[in-house]
Amino acid sequence: MKVKLRNPDRVVDVDGPRTVYDVLRTLDMVPEAVLVIRDATLLTRDENLEDTDEIEVRPVLSGGAE
Amino acid sequence: MKCKVCRGHAVVDVRRHNAAFCGDHFVDHVRAQVARAIKEFRMFEPEERLLVAVSGGKDSLALWEILLELGYDATGFYLDLGIGSYSTRSKEAATTFAEQIGASLVVRSLSGEHGYTVPDLARLTRRVPCSGCGLNKRYELNRAALEGGFNVLVTGHNLDDEVATLFGNVLHWNVDMLARQAPVLEERMLDPPDAARRVLVKKVKPLVRVAERETAAYAVLRGIDYVVEECPMVEGNTHHRLKEAMTMLEEASPGTKQQFLFGFFKNASRRFHEADSEDPLVACANCGGPTVEWERGDQAVCSFCKTKSLVEARRHQPSPPRRPHRRVR
Repeated sequence: MKVKLRNPDRVVDVDGPRTVYDVLRTLDMVPEAVLVIRDATLLTRDENLEDTDEIEVRPVLSGGAE
Repeated sequence: MKCKVCRGHAVVDVRRHNAAFCGDHFVDHVRAQVARAIKEFRMFEPEERLLVAVSGGKDSLALWEILLELGYDATGFYLDLGIGSYSTRSKEAATTFAEQIGASLVVRSLSGEHGYTVPDLARLTRRVPCSGCGLNKRYELNRAALEGGFNVLVTGHNLDDEVATLFGNVLHWNVDMLARQAPVLEERMLDPPDAARRVLVKKVKPLVRVAERETAAYAVLRGIDYVVEECPMVEGNTHHRLKEAMTMLEEASPGTKQQFLFGFFKNASRRFHEADSEDPLVACANCGGPTVEWERGDQAVCSFCKTKSLVEARRHQPSPPRRPHRRVR
């Protein structure tokens, strides 16, 4: 499947089928630190993804001074 | 996963509440958390005029929308920091959103007000960009709120922001900061002889009960077009590293962040507050804004004015000569 990553924007391939959680672990990402989006819809970590899916993994933690 | 409320298909899981929600019920959940924080910490009343600091990011845009949805009188304030294309896109996101929701947005720029940008500040003061940026944002927000006669200044600091700040303050045992970390900072007047002049507007953080992942999910579900890109000057920022560390703990043990922060509010912050004596505020000799008395003399000058004069002085100096490269044998 195609996985769009941010900061910087890029696309990587991950084999399916897998759950959202498995895709994130494959990419060494912490599920609590991202949102996973498919067709403008949010996905929970137990959702199944097919090899033909296109998803975005969007980081949610931003920096900045207090 | 199923929605905790309607048993429909869930789109967001909130593990620390042991719950998942469909889109509509998640939106209700976030709004209820904001309403609860406003009431619990006595942030403001419906008749008060609010000025919301809007950056173009998810937290401030989501918060602004929630306050309007809850029926509050909330005006936005955007400060253009002059950070290249990042600021251009942020400003676009803020102004477009204001038009979409039909809300009023005050727009100012650091270069228009003071003649410099955040990159100028960092270069000329030779300090990390986030420190000068934070100082200038706090100063300009407070000034705009005073000038506009607003009752309360509202910022989009979320649970993760407050947890990272608390974590940093504990790691360094920064007791002065621990005494002042709260979801509400009351307004302050000048101390005698200038008392009766309000110099610091009440500041509140209604997203304190909402995690950063939840504000992002809220923004996506509500179709809020926020700037996803990270500020280019933030790289390697300590605050960001602290957030990542706490998020690893949260992943392993959901609820850690909320227990840490709300346990502090309940059991510890009062102790730091009682041990702290608040410095009396006097007027800055330059701008009339607040500064602390220990700097008093005939020329008590606030940190903002000191930084601004440093920038102006260095701007007209030739840049320091570069050290010659040492030849490596």
